[in-house]
Amino acid sequence: MNVEAMLKVERLTKTYPTAAGPLTVLHEVSFELAAGASLAIVGPSGSGKTTLLGLCAGLDAPTAGTVQLAGVALDGLGEDARARVRNREVGFVFQNFQLIPTLTALENVLVPLELRGESGCEAAGRALLERVGLGARCDHYPVQLSGGEQQRVALARAFINRPKILFCDEPTGNLDDDTARAMVELIFGLNHERGTTLVLVTHNLELAARCDRTLRLRGGAVVCDERI
Amino acid sequence: MKFILRMAWRDSRASRRRLAFSALSIVLGVAALVAIGSFSANLRQAIDDQARALVGADLVVTANKPFSPALEQYLAGLGGRCAHEVQFASMVRFPAQGDQTRLVQVRALETGFPFYGEFLTTPALAASRFPAGNFAILEESLMAQFGVRAGDPVRLGQATFTAIGAVQRIPGESMAVAMISPRVFIPHRALAGTGLIGPGSLVRYRAYLQLPPGRDPAAVERELRARFRAERLGLETVEHRKRDLGRALTNVYSFLSLVGFVALFLGAIGVASAVHVYIRQKISTVAILRCLGASAWQSFAIYVVQGCGLGLFGTGLGAALGLAVQLLLPVVVRDFLPFDVAFFVSWPAVGRGVGAGLAICLLFTLLPLLDVRKVSPLVALRSAFAEMAPRFDPWRVVLGVAIVASVAGFAVWQTGNVRTGAGFTGMLAVGFGVLGGVARLVAWAARRFLPRRVPYVVRQGVANLYRPNNRTVLLLLALGLGAFLLLTLHLTRATLQAQVEFSGGGDRANLLLFDIQDDQVEPLARTLAAAGAPVQQQAPIVTMKLAKIKGRPVRELLRDRTGGHGPGWALTREYRSTYRGELTPTERLVAGKFDGRVAAGAAVVPVSFEQKLARDLGLALGDEVEFDVQGLPVKTRVTSLREVEWRRLEPNFFVVFPLGALEDAPKFFVVAARAATPAEAARAQQAAVREFPNVSAIDLALVLDTLDRIFTKVAWVVQFMALFTVVTGVLVLAGAVVTGRYQRIRETVLLRTLGATRRQLLQIQLVEYAILGVLAVLVGGVLAVAGNALLAEFVFETAPVLPMGPLVGAMAAMCAVTLATGWLANRGVADHPPLAVLRQET
Repeated sequence: MNVEAMLKVERLTKTYPTAAGPLTVLHEVSFELAAGASLAIVGPSGSGKTTLLGLCAGLDAPTAGTVQLAGVALDGLGEDARARVRNREVGFVFQNFQLIPTLTALENVLVPLELRGESGCEAAGRALLERVGLGARCDHYPVQLSGGEQQRVALARAFINRPKILFCDEPTGNLDDDTARAMVELIFGLNHERGTTLVLVTHNLELAARCDRTLRLRGGAVVCDERI
Repeated sequence: MKFILRMAWRDSRASRRRLAFSALSIVLGVAALVAIGSFSANLRQAIDDQARALVGADLVVTANKPFSPALEQYLAGLGGRCAHEVQFASMVRFPAQGDQTRLVQVRALETGFPFYGEFLTTPALAASRFPAGNFAILEESLMAQFGVRAGDPVRLGQATFTAIGAVQRIPGESMAVAMISPRVFIPHRALAGTGLIGPGSLVRYRAYLQLPPGRDPAAVERELRARFRAERLGLETVEHRKRDLGRALTNVYSFLSLVGFVALFLGAIGVASAVHVYIRQKISTVAILRCLGASAWQSFAIYVVQGCGLGLFGTGLGAALGLAVQLLLPVVVRDFLPFDVAFFVSWPAVGRGVGAGLAICLLFTLLPLLDVRKVSPLVALRSAFAEMAPRFDPWRVVLGVAIVASVAGFAVWQTGNVRTGAGFTGMLAVGFGVLGGVARLVAWAARRFLPRRVPYVVRQGVANLYRPNNRTVLLLLALGLGAFLLLTLHLTRATLQAQVEFSGGGDRANLLLFDIQDDQVEPLARTLAAAGAPVQQQAPIVTMKLAKIKGRPVRELLRDRTGGHGPGWALTREYRSTYRGELTPTERLVAGKFDGRVAAGAAVVPVSFEQKLARDLGLALGDEVEFDVQGLPVKTRVTSLREVEWRRLEPNFFVVFPLGALEDAPKFFVVAARAATPAEAARAQQAAVREFPNVSAIDLALVLDTLDRIFTKVAWVVQFMALFTVVTGVLVLAGAVVTGRYQRIRETVLLRTLGATRRQLLQIQLVEYAILGVLAVLVGGVLAVAGNALLAEFVFETAPVLPMGPLVGAMAAMCAVTLATGWLANRGVADHPPLAVLRQET
């Protein structure tokens, strides 16, 4: 295992102002994740899983605490600087796929590279789509794909920029059992092939069990940190 | 940048047709600006190219009395060519057409004119034949009206001419001249034979000059002014005409451009509204891009590029349409142009129209686009974040200021006047403010007072007025403004017509006869009575000029530029005053005491002034005024002021003398009579003109007809431009309905899934559009009534009228257009398969 921490979270707290006063959804969460490791964040609805994932990925700024991602301290970075970090180091898979409806499968996959100004990377995109079993569907729009196919496109997109860390938010939440199983195999297969660190949020304990480590949240706090 | 352009293009794939449809909103505004700008360049070029033909001579000298021998000698000594003309109003009689008569403008013209340009007639040879005999060339409309053909006799005074053709165009005059009074050209040498020029006749004497090569018209003009000051000559050179035409053109251009700009402004609001809806649907895409590493600037830039594309498409299409409209404009304004216009595309004008369109479109598009910068990548994780909390955004303030500044800047640029520009901006703001305020009030009222017991479709339709993504404000603005413009035009026309009709109502005079000599008054009265038009009023007229005001000679006052003595025309004009012992029903004493009689030989005569003239001349009760009554000085004192109802077709006067002061002065008479029917009016005119050829008559029906024809022509031009705004309103409406389709498709589909029939869905939409249409037209109508009242009060100085029947008819028609547009644009929504929509989570 790589000794350097890919993700380092310290005393992470997130509070939202509400009409009834401040609402703390995450309270002083701390952990470290080594490069190449996999972490499942589990817990009941409203326990703060997605909030924690968003903060770790730099999608939001914490109220207190720090996040260090691939050696970069996210606190103090502006939204655009965090966006550059995400583009360089991070891959995402969402529960509801989040493909851009106006782009074809291949175009969706290429977006992270094109954002960097890279061109001529179509072959890499096609290869990845081939890898997830969609080589024949490159020019199809999301609406022409099934849920499982859309999620595979999303996975190909997540790996196109060779991320150091992959964040998955309920990646099988919208899929049937067979498709979900196939999807899980793909996530872990690609993760293994490319040596990517994996952080996933799930309700699926079977899926969580495949990770090196499970972080259980309740009421915004870590109640259990299991390592296999 | 490459990514931004590529992404903007790809992202627009599914929405290009919708975006293109939104862009249509600005097409007409840009088209109007381009057409008017380019056509205006055509006109300016035509003025430059045909400068000399605009006047037909190098210099035109005009006077209201015959030229003095010294002046004639001077003109002859210039060494060029000279053509005299005498112009006056008189009655023409057509013996071959049952002795029908008509008041015309007689033009007795010498050979030679025009020296530049052409006297165009039908047949073409008529112009060259006309000086050779007792021939007359008539206005084409006059020939058509009375069925006069070439070869028919034309009677003017005591002379008979032969009609040989119709005038098409003479340099320097537009067809509009003929609308006011049709022209009859006769040879100058035949004038004496008519016997029409008598004492008191209103005659213009004119000399058209072609100067010898090397003679500067401006220098001759200066010399004429200096040497013949006493003759009060009117002098016009080609440069004057160019300047006057240019100025008139600039005014018309500014007005029409502002009307076009209103269409553009309205269209830009429509575009902004469509973009707002579009961007709300793009929030998740923006969030995904942000997750994948796009910066706020990159995401913003993608949609700014799309906004630019939309603007370029709209303005490009607008420019093309504008050039097509430019081809139509000469037909629209043909009657107002004194020259031919050659078509060419003015690229600077196209650039200005496109630039203005693009700038306004972009400014408005940026308003909703600013939201893109605020989209959090967290939206990709939680859709709840899609509802962006409204926060203070300084860029929004900057944009708002930029929009107001650009509107004001455009208005000032077009009008060349800061006050007018600011006024236009203010009026636009008030119009928009009122309509926007009403829209918000309606939305609030719909929510607050939504009836619970009415059928479901009505409740749903009413609720659409206040629900999120409602289009109440946009549609009320678009439709209301269009309704306001059109109805104001309609009401103003009715007010002007009513003003004239009112003046002839009841048993008031409807026939005015003038140029009557002293000895003709009695026999004319008998003739009129016999023909069924008894005389109601008669008034002697004595011509005079102002000599001194409060002891200071007029010449001195004219030199004194410190002001306080009124406009030059009031000092130099010829006053046609009367004398009588009492006030008439058309005037009211507002100050002092009216003196009806003065002892013969009184050193100072008490006179009554019309109050506005007195104000212009700086006169108050007790002030002394000296008149020059045809060479004789008469001292007077202002002892009373009157308010005069000028619009009544009765003899009215600026200055009224008492009995006993002017009886011995050379005078002529004006007579007012009333005929019960138009046929009797025509018979009375014919009888009067047959027996007294020098007498002219104005028939109220003729005045009404003339006014109506002039208004019809002007209204046609204004309506043509207002049409751009109205059609833009319809396009904005259609655009709003189309964008609303995408917003509401999910709701519609859910209703369908839950069992709503196609008919119910249609009824829901119709209820919403009917409410919006009726409200927009009502608010536009109220604004139009207010606008008409203001115009009537401050511009036309009359009471506004409210013709309810036509007004309600026009409003109903506009409601019908709204409903039809809403229905047409919404067709097919109910045909969407629910499953497809539910799966896509549109």
